[in-house]
Amino acid sequence: MKTARISAVFLTSALFAAPAMAQQVQLTLKDHKFSPAQPHAPANHAFTIVVKNLDATAAEFESKTLRVEKVVAPGGEITMQIRPLNAGRYHFFDDFHQDTTEGELVVE
Amino acid sequence: MLGALIIVFREVIEAGLIVGIVLAVTRGVPGRGLHVAAGLAAGLLGATLVAVFAGELADAFAGAGQEIFNAGVLALAVVMLAWHNIWMASHGREMAANLKSVGAAVAEGSRTLTALSIVVAVAVLREGSEVVLFLYGIVASGAAGFHELLLGGMIGLASGALLSALMFLGLVAIPARHLFRVTTALITFLAAGMAAQCVVFLQQAGYVTALSRTVWDTSSVLPDDSLPGRVLHTLFGYVDQPSGMQLAVYLSALIVIFVATKLASPQRASRKQVSMA
Repeated sequence: MKTARISAVFLTSALFAAPAMAQQVQLTLKDHKFSPAQPHAPANHAFTIVVKNLDATAAEFESKTLRVEKVVAPGGEITMQIRPLNAGRYHFFDDFHQDTTEGELVVE
Repeated sequence: MLGALIIVFREVIEAGLIVGIVLAVTRGVPGRGLHVAAGLAAGLLGATLVAVFAGELADAFAGAGQEIFNAGVLALAVVMLAWHNIWMASHGREMAANLKSVGAAVAEGSRTLTALSIVVAVAVLREGSEVVLFLYGIVASGAAGFHELLLGGMIGLASGALLSALMFLGLVAIPARHLFRVTTALITFLAAGMAAQCVVFLQQAGYVTALSRTVWDTSSVLPDDSLPGRVLHTLFGYVDQPSGMQLAVYLSALIVIFVATKLASPQRASRKQVSMA
């Protein structure tokens, strides 16, 4: 019974574990500002974006060009998988505070 | 106030258009009001729960909880919509074949009503949780007065509901003999759009990596966050920068549901009988 449960846990984590990635872009949200507001990432490589929300309100990290949309709870942290990108600039924002909270990912 | 108005309006039209279609599809079916109301209530309750447990949800499944949840509820809605279409198509055949089975068919029909109320619940759940989080954020940060926030939200809700009502009235104005064909097509597109949206969440979680290149970019012509773009997104799954996988899943869902509905439809059966004779 116990072994069954343990193997079920292993199976679940194997099914749902996101693939390990070499590159990671880290962002923090504080006072409705992204920091850094202009992060960099390498072109033509898959990578992850991690957003840590230090504010007391929820945010939604969103970018149409990066094709992501994810809620970050107050004090929470989220990870998103980004496909290999062409060099360029990719705009992102907090959907709940679009006028104040935005940034640009520089891919080169 | 304007911020609250825009975000509530935006989310309400997405859920509202779907409710409008469901109401048009089920016109004249007994008990549909109760089912749609139950779907709305379940969706609102679920939306509040999702908003309250947003942090826990995000941390689940090694950080992919939100994506798995969103992809899961979208997949559920796709299955329910497809099932409704297929069942409705074959239902017509049963009624034509044997008038006596109509009573049984109506009882049976409440089953697809349940499917449609699940679709309503899912739509309200997805759009509603964002509204709850956003409005709660405004209250918590004290960025705007509570009354102003309430007013903005109310105007957003009312205008979103109005647009959805226009959609519903436009649909029911279609003559009854064409209405079935129109709503069948609408539901097929609705389901295909949701299937493609489901893929976006799986891509974001890193489970789907194939065909990730952008196929076209029409964001300068018709951005999908503009009002017409959003309506087209909800109804037909329009996206201004789709990936190859999104497009492939969209087209596959469209074709599969279309063919399955055709196979189940009575026209095909009667044509078969003619050719046999």
